Amino acid sequence: MSRPPAERAGEELELDPIACTGHGLCAELLPERIVLDDWGYPMIDPPVPASLHEHAVRAVKACPALALRLRRAG
Amino acid sequence: MALWYLTRATGAAALVLLTLTLTLGIADVQRFASARLPRFVIDGWHRTASLLVCVLLVVHIGTSVIDGYAPIRLVDALVPFVGAYRPVWLGLGALALDLMIALVVTSLLRARLGARAWRAVHWLAYACWPVALVHGLGTGSDVRPGWLAWLSLGCTAVVIVAIGVRLADRGATPGVRVGAASALAAGAIALVVWLPSGPMAKGWAAKAGTPSSGGANQTTTARGHR
Amino acid sequence: MSGRLLGGVGPRGPVGLDRHLAVHGPMPEVASELIDEVTRSGLRGRGGAGFPAGIKLAAVAEGRRPVVVVNGTEGEPMSAKDHAMLIRAPHLVLDGAVAAARAVGAREVLLCAPPADHAVVAAALAERGAGSRGRPRVTLVPSAPGYVAGEETAVIAHLEGRAARPRMTPPRPAQEGYRKRPTLMQNVETLAHVGLIARHGASWFRELGTADRPGTTLVTISGAVRGPGVYEVPSGLPLAELARVAGGVTEPPRALLVGGYFGAWVDQDGAGLTLDDGELRRHGAAVGAGVVVVLGSSACPVAETARLAAYMAAESAGQCGPCVHGLGSLAGVLDRFATARTVPGDGERLVRWTEMVRGRGACAHPDGVARMLASATRLFRAELEDHARRGPCARCASASTLVLPAAVHARAAA
Repeated sequence: MSRPPAERAGEELELDPIACTGHGLCAELLPERIVLDDWGYPMIDPPVPASLHEHAVRAVKACPALALRLRRAG
Repeated sequence: MALWYLTRATGAAALVLLTLTLTLGIADVQRFASARLPRFVIDGWHRTASLLVCVLLVVHIGTSVIDGYAPIRLVDALVPFVGAYRPVWLGLGALALDLMIALVVTSLLRARLGARAWRAVHWLAYACWPVALVHGLGTGSDVRPGWLAWLSLGCTAVVIVAIGVRLADRGATPGVRVGAASALAAGAIALVVWLPSGPMAKGWAAKAGTPSSGGANQTTTARGHR
Repeated sequence: MSGRLLGGVGPRGPVGLDRHLAVHGPMPEVASELIDEVTRSGLRGRGGAGFPAGIKLAAVAEGRRPVVVVNGTEGEPMSAKDHAMLIRAPHLVLDGAVAAARAVGAREVLLCAPPADHAVVAAALAERGAGSRGRPRVTLVPSAPGYVAGEETAVIAHLEGRAARPRMTPPRPAQEGYRKRPTLMQNVETLAHVGLIARHGASWFRELGTADRPGTTLVTISGAVRGPGVYEVPSGLPLAELARVAGGVTEPPRALLVGGYFGAWVDQDGAGLTLDDGELRRHGAAVGAGVVVVLGSSACPVAETARLAAYMAAESAGQCGPCVHGLGSLAGVLDRFATARTVPGDGERLVRWTEMVRGRGACAHPDGVARMLASATRLFRAELEDHARRGPCARCASASTLVLPAAVHARAAA
């Protein structure tokens, strides 16, 4: 499908806190990097290792508010 | 004849799946979740159900065009109200299809459109379902014997409950809630009043605009009388 | 000492153009070389963030059709320095704004300030003669009320006709700001310093202050002092000196609130700290907008902090969940402490939630509240525990030291 994981450049998750309305699908799909706070809003650990890339893409697509983005690190 | 049965069967199945899609969509926006059914599962089912509707529609439309019994062309499926066969009721099907296309395409391109534009188009889902329902009741020749009528009634009951749940949510503005509640009530009453004198009554096929030549595959756009 | 920014300021009224030129001297011709001079001077923004002004100027100068915005919004209730500069020394602010505009190549200056300040500034503009060839056009715009209305991107939203609420950055205003143009947004006081640097140079500017924060700073001192008001002091002044500058304390102080409502509580003797970010940051504080409130012993730090937390929660722009809900929850916990209605786990909640809201918003509002509450939890620990056990103390009923205006602006619908 694409390059082997080791070659992919580092990726980061980025949240738009204004767009985010706390649906929480992201935390369901990527619990390794996203945990919901006491009010239902995501707390993001930005770096995404290659092994979690597919899950991160799925989490980004699942957000009903389009508040999550995956981009190149740095 | 097999094609005609397939058309009716896939049409009915599409209505059931469209009802499921709408119900799951409301569960989605109401943030329904349980221990066994996380949000992303409900959301995923909603998207899958809508795509299944599309698959069923391909067969539904394909068989109705290919089948020579009723004069339906491919363009009649996409452009509302130009057909020879029951132009109004078939046209509603074309309208429902156009709405489905808008809903599905905008959803596939959601990331590019942005949340606001996508949501504005997605409101059309509430128009798509009743249009599809009335299309089924108006074009289907099975309504009088009852199975399609009962199926339609069942789906309508489910949709009324689902929309009711949505309206009961205090998050919606009062104007929207009152408006939608009245529309629901009016729609339900109209359906109950219309069904017995419309599709359920004798002579509906002629009234609905079935061409007098019956099954000949004509291409003239003879306007059927209602 | 008041020889720099407040030079020539009399007991009342603004410094007129003639007196202004007599005190400070004429303004030299200004071009892009001013950017280097400001960079060498080490001037840091005086609006609260302390960002190096030279870097901002250089960034904006690279863009097309830049615009200068003078930020006089001053949403911080305990700060009066921007207001003071505008109505007492408007010509120095205008000198700096025009000089900055010339340096970055901007033809337009928007001066955003409360309507009450407009008359004096308009008169000063008239004195200078509007429409002189080559001058950038200066337009007065009324600022929006509310605590976060002074945030850079909130000011831009307001100037563009939308609600004064912050937006996500990047892009920063210097790259893409007012109507997507490169925007030099600087605090009133920062530009006044630029007006002096243009005349006297970077070395002169660095004669006072510290290496990290050169020059003088306007501070608004209030609370339990004899002469509350706006004073000009050299950066790096020990905090313990500030009360003396304002005429001495009226009663033994309990604590100082340094920076503003988004600053930090510091021990009453200043904890040996100075008005310089280097040390203050290590203690979880910052110079911020130069606000210093002296909390006297007759006030109750728990009541004041609880009221302040409620105010800051109400002043949230309402756009980001963790800010709206987090600050509200924190205000609730503090209220429970103040009134002895805590439930088990509230102490742990106070600490956990304070950390949980940091960095979770589109702007630094929740971060500021977290900073203030972290310092309060540390400094007022004994009083907090006492209130949790026994409820309001005798001092809870004293008049509030902190001025907390009612929230007047519209918030985003939930």
